[in-house]
Amino acid sequence: MEILTTENVHLYYGKKEALHGFDLGFEEKKITALIGPSGCGKSTYLRCLNRMNDLLENVTITGSFKLNGKDIYSPKVDVVDLRKRVGMVFQQPNPFPLSVYDNIAFGLRLKGIKDKHVIDQRVEESLKQAAVWNEVKDHLKKDALAFSGGQQQRICIARVLAVQPEIILMDEPTSALDPVSNAKIEEMLVELKKDYTIIIVTHNMQQASRISDQTAFFLNGNLIEHGRTDQMFMNPKEKLTNDYLNGRFG
Amino acid sequence: MDEIKPKLLSKSKQTAEDRRGKILCYACLSLIVVLIVSILYFIMDKGAATFTQNHLSITEFFTGTKWDPGHHLIGALPMITTSFLVTILAALLATPFAIGVAIFMTEYAPKKGTKALRAVIELLVGIPSVVYGYIGLMVVVPFVRKIIGGTGFGILAGTLVLFVMILPTVISLTADSLKSIPVSYRQAALALGATKWQSIYKIVLRAALPGILTAIIFGMTRAFGEALAVQMVIGNAVLMPHGLGTPTATLTSQLTSQMGNTVLGTVSNNALWSLALILLLMSLAFNLLIRFITRKGAIKR
Repeated sequence: MEILTTENVHLYYGKKEALHGFDLGFEEKKITALIGPSGCGKSTYLRCLNRMNDLLENVTITGSFKLNGKDIYSPKVDVVDLRKRVGMVFQQPNPFPLSVYDNIAFGLRLKGIKDKHVIDQRVEESLKQAAVWNEVKDHLKKDALAFSGGQQQRICIARVLAVQPEIILMDEPTSALDPVSNAKIEEMLVELKKDYTIIIVTHNMQQASRISDQTAFFLNGNLIEHGRTDQMFMNPKEKLTNDYLNGRFG
Repeated sequence: MDEIKPKLLSKSKQTAEDRRGKILCYACLSLIVVLIVSILYFIMDKGAATFTQNHLSITEFFTGTKWDPGHHLIGALPMITTSFLVTILAALLATPFAIGVAIFMTEYAPKKGTKALRAVIELLVGIPSVVYGYIGLMVVVPFVRKIIGGTGFGILAGTLVLFVMILPTVISLTADSLKSIPVSYRQAALALGATKWQSIYKIVLRAALPGILTAIIFGMTRAFGEALAVQMVIGNAVLMPHGLGTPTATLTSQLTSQMGNTVLGTVSNNALWSLALILLLMSLAFNLLIRFITRKGAIKR
């Protein structure tokens, strides 16, 4: 079942069109990878899904974006509430300059949760889900910035998990990390699939083929092809997809 | 071989130029160092003379309330108290406004608005202090007189003038420190479902705290050292302040108003140098405090 459906997506930076109108849907509790060369619009598209593009000036977005059948761009929608339901992990690890504990508790406190037991429990749970608990459990009061890049990124993932969103958007979450951290995060994402719908932008095609169920290939603001990952990597329907997957450009 | 040997063994034009440039820079530096050291030595020597040559009590200087150096009374406590009071009150008053304006400038205002505001603030920094003092004398003093009675001269008038004077400094430094907070923090907070205001006061302000404290201390340094404008509205009577509206004096105002009235080498003159020494030491203390805070802020906790 599709949890998030987008149709006829157009996006303009000023007068320049960056996304040229396509349809794409995301299935519940699956990992969908968005691949394509730099500047193809995949990150731009991703940021439409939790309305992070609203923060930029001069951006116009048209088309329909429906989360559980409800239009997320409707004037009635509370953006703040939407972002609690559609979480995001960024390319560069960006923990707050606070303790690990306060980082994870940030979103819970925003939700108005004050009970310390509940927060303690969610912090532990989220850090365990993000596969970083063993490394930070004795240092919960330590500044999150004191940890390594890979640990910081997993702390950031835990921070998103703590608010229990329905969908997690990830914008090249491992591109700034070493291979070991990369592997840890990939392993964790596959685990997380049981409870969450994950949409991940990646430059790494091996990563896409290893972890994703569905893949969508973007090129120059167009969606060229999307479908089951195994099918697409074995038998791409489009020549462009085939060329990209075989490294002829990109 | 023989033709290039002298060329290799003698210095090239560029190397000589490099050397001259270096010497020039070192010469400039030594001149400044000599200048600073002599100023420091001079003030310390003169400032200490009250206690070493005239043998007046250093305890009395810091605790006494009677100031009449001509008769060997050097109680500087009223001036020290007033200096600190106006400085702290002005900083307390300026801080919330400065933070508010800085947040508006960095987070809410459109780019054009920020530029215009910056220009106005820079203009405010550039206005000579005598102009502020004159406005203080003509507007603030009568205003204070109307509100709390008395002459209008005193700590409240001084505080209000200093508040306006330090505001631009504190605003622009606070705005700089807010701007230096990475966009990624704000994005992370917003993506977790924080409102803009929540992202500002829970994350941005917190991360910018060392910078904001530095801004406030810079403001306090300016307030503490300001002489002319304060002298015009403080009342210039060396008395312990009994309220916000009684005439009193600060270290700086006493210096400016009395420096023409003493003869070099007399006790009265030396006592003024002692006041100058306190000012010097205080500005040193403020500087050390700023260094301490910025260093602490830079270290990852």
